[in-house]
Amino acid sequence: MSCAIALVDGNNFYVSCERVFNPALERRPVVVLSNNDGCVVSRSNEAKALGIKMGVPYFEVKHFAKSHGLVWLSSNYALYGDMSARMMSILGAFAPEQEIYSIDECFLDFTGMVVDQVAHGRDIRARVLQYTGIKTCVGIGPSKTMAKLANHIAKKQPQFRGVFAWNALSASEQAAMMGSIEVGEVWGIGRRLNARLATLGIRTVLELKCADPAVMRRRFSVVMERTIAELNGTACLDLEEVASRKEQIMCSRSFGRQVTTLAELKEAVMSYIVRAAARMREQGSACDSVTVFIQTNQFKADDRQYSRSVLVPLSVASDDTRRLGAAAQHGLASIYRPGYRYKKAGVILTGLQPVAAVQDDLFSSYDRTRSTKLMGAIDKINGIYGMHTVSFAGAGIRKPWRMLTNQMSPRYTTSWNELAVVA
Amino acid sequence: MSFLTPVWASIYPIKQPLPLFSDKVPAGFPSPATDHMDQRLDLAEHVVTHPDATFFLRVKSDSYSMTGAGIFPGDLLVVDRSLEPKSGRVVVASINGELTVKRLHKHGDAITLKAENPAYQDISIKDGQELMICGVVAFVVHAP
Repeated sequence: MSCAIALVDGNNFYVSCERVFNPALERRPVVVLSNNDGCVVSRSNEAKALGIKMGVPYFEVKHFAKSHGLVWLSSNYALYGDMSARMMSILGAFAPEQEIYSIDECFLDFTGMVVDQVAHGRDIRARVLQYTGIKTCVGIGPSKTMAKLANHIAKKQPQFRGVFAWNALSASEQAAMMGSIEVGEVWGIGRRLNARLATLGIRTVLELKCADPAVMRRRFSVVMERTIAELNGTACLDLEEVASRKEQIMCSRSFGRQVTTLAELKEAVMSYIVRAAARMREQGSACDSVTVFIQTNQFKADDRQYSRSVLVPLSVASDDTRRLGAAAQHGLASIYRPGYRYKKAGVILTGLQPVAAVQDDLFSSYDRTRSTKLMGAIDKINGIYGMHTVSFAGAGIRKPWRMLTNQMSPRYTTSWNELAVVA
Repeated sequence: MSFLTPVWASIYPIKQPLPLFSDKVPAGFPSPATDHMDQRLDLAEHVVTHPDATFFLRVKSDSYSMTGAGIFPGDLLVVDRSLEPKSGRVVVASINGELTVKRLHKHGDAITLKAENPAYQDISIKDGQELMICGVVAFVVHAP
């Protein structure tokens, strides 16, 4: 029996979240920018119609503000994360298995459920729209790859009104549809593979589907063979129910402006350690090494370039922010050089292991119980009152180097003081 | 200071579906209430029936259009998007790009958003005009 897998994703997700609480943004060209207010990460359909591409730096399109009333907003992740959680919870009710793929995409496996696929897709779409105000597209197929393709079709072909299921077409109609779509639209076929396939005369999805899997496996990889099998209706990729424990945790950010002093870098690095350590504790891990890296802006050819990283091993694996912070600062001091304009810094926690299995140094006077209690208390307070309620002085208070978020909308769903108002 | 520090796995909380004890075991007398303890009342549980679809909005400080319904400036609205916007329910709607709270009236094909204060006008939705209902007001939290 073939599987029934749906891929549901939010349309223009970040912009859609903003519009739920600020209906004045409806029907206008709107873009949401990445945290440095650098690049476009979400566009309304009106903004897309102006030719604004994903990822362009805002300064390239700011002229549209005057000519077409383009509105720009900084990313409001507190809002998007909460809206995403709601959407995923709602979607989870529609199938026995769900894989949350990204902040706005999710796979649902409803194999075995006796439902009309398109009708089920319409129910899903209607409920998400009613409960959250977010419009979605639903693509349904016998495999994840086919579901992704179906989602693409639902999005690009308005006659399907946001829901497309392969089984609603006859076999010949399916072939015709596949013949009309470029092979580059298939999940996993990026620009390079697209070019390589073109040299073999494979330009449409249909041509890839009909390619000899054994030959393609030799020419490319087993992943390509799997993709072809999926295009032929065999589900090879399982839904990943639970996010696997991370093997390393990285936290890094670009600076809002260039940073030159060690003091500022220290604050930044400590901030990243605070965040990475909190994430690590959430998954019950400790780490045995801390890597710190700093780099100048590689796109500014005029600036002297410098990029270094250092790995600082710990004598005993730890999940204590203070210990990790000390190690990170030690590493930073060894790689910092004055006279450079740093654009980015980051930390990576590696050698992750279950914290319960950590063995202490024989001669250490380190009080693990107190450390655990302190970290536990901090994590709990931050969980209730907000992410930065309790932090570490070394991470800085004003943080002048931090990302610019000067046009962020209110945190409508996570802050009592920032609720949307009604007249 | 001991040279050997045993690692106790139980220091690290293991998530359990059921608590072993519903409260801390008191050091003093065994309470006759222990077996009958309920959880304390939580207002959110009572007021939020569909958490995924419930949003909190605040009434503008100069908005008196619904005082007749007990909705005053500064009040907190508990808006449930999962409820059906039936005629007679107080809803939050989007008109001309602004969110507004009014009582919904449907009479056949005619839709009116009624204010509940004689000083304020009703809004009747004309043919072709777009009305977006954002949710039904399930509760109002008002500090008297």
